[in-house]
Amino acid sequence: MELSLATRTVAAHTVLEVAGEVDVYTAPKLRDRLTELLEAGTRALVIDLGRVEFLDSTGLGVLVGGLRKARNLGGSFGLVVGQESLLKVFRITALDQVLPLYPTIEAATGQSSDGGR
Amino acid sequence: MRLEFTPEPVYVRTARLVGVAVARRAGLPEERLDEVRLAIGEACGRAVTRHLRHNLRAPVLVEMRDENPYIVLVTDRAPDDAAADMEAEITVEASLALLSGLAEELQVMQAADGGGSVVRMSWTARPRRANR
Repeated sequence: MELSLATRTVAAHTVLEVAGEVDVYTAPKLRDRLTELLEAGTRALVIDLGRVEFLDSTGLGVLVGGLRKARNLGGSFGLVVGQESLLKVFRITALDQVLPLYPTIEAATGQSSDGGR
Repeated sequence: MRLEFTPEPVYVRTARLVGVAVARRAGLPEERLDEVRLAIGEACGRAVTRHLRHNLRAPVLVEMRDENPYIVLVTDRAPDDAAADMEAEITVEASLALLSGLAEELQVMQAADGGGSVVRMSWTARPRRANR
């Protein structure tokens, strides 16, 4: 399955739902969408990776790039990750120490008492 | 099994699929195939990115040996250089971390001839012993 992207609004946050495979072929599409959202004025951004089946280092680079762009603009940036296979990718690369990871959209949008991982 | 492909990102997925099929033939258990898929994708993605950065159209070569241990070699023809920007730098670092973390054995070497580099990865078919 290739990449699909959709946005919705949850508790004053823009949630970008990512599904499919984020790899060297599809990551540029994700980068373009993140840039577009930030340039359009989005300042509270949550990336929902709940339906991502595959994530490689190119995708990780794009996510870290998105975090930096969002913070430079004074915005917030969080990732929703539930799958163990994806969490392993963040742990091996130590990017779980850099990117704010949340188990649910509620936690990422501040609607529950769960903090980041 | 040898696979040569044009250095285009779209073909990395095909290389992943072939790599997993050969891993299955080599006797790797199902629970290891996700890490094989990711590692082969990383090695091939790295090779494609290196070729594209230098406008090289030479093919990327993937060699897979369906024996025990399962050995995969990915050869590119690009010279070494620094990452282009912050995002590329993160990608290069994350890629090496993933390759080291996923392959049982990993070597990144200079290619013997024609320039470029070789990523050599291996996995034994024996299932991992469960932690007690």
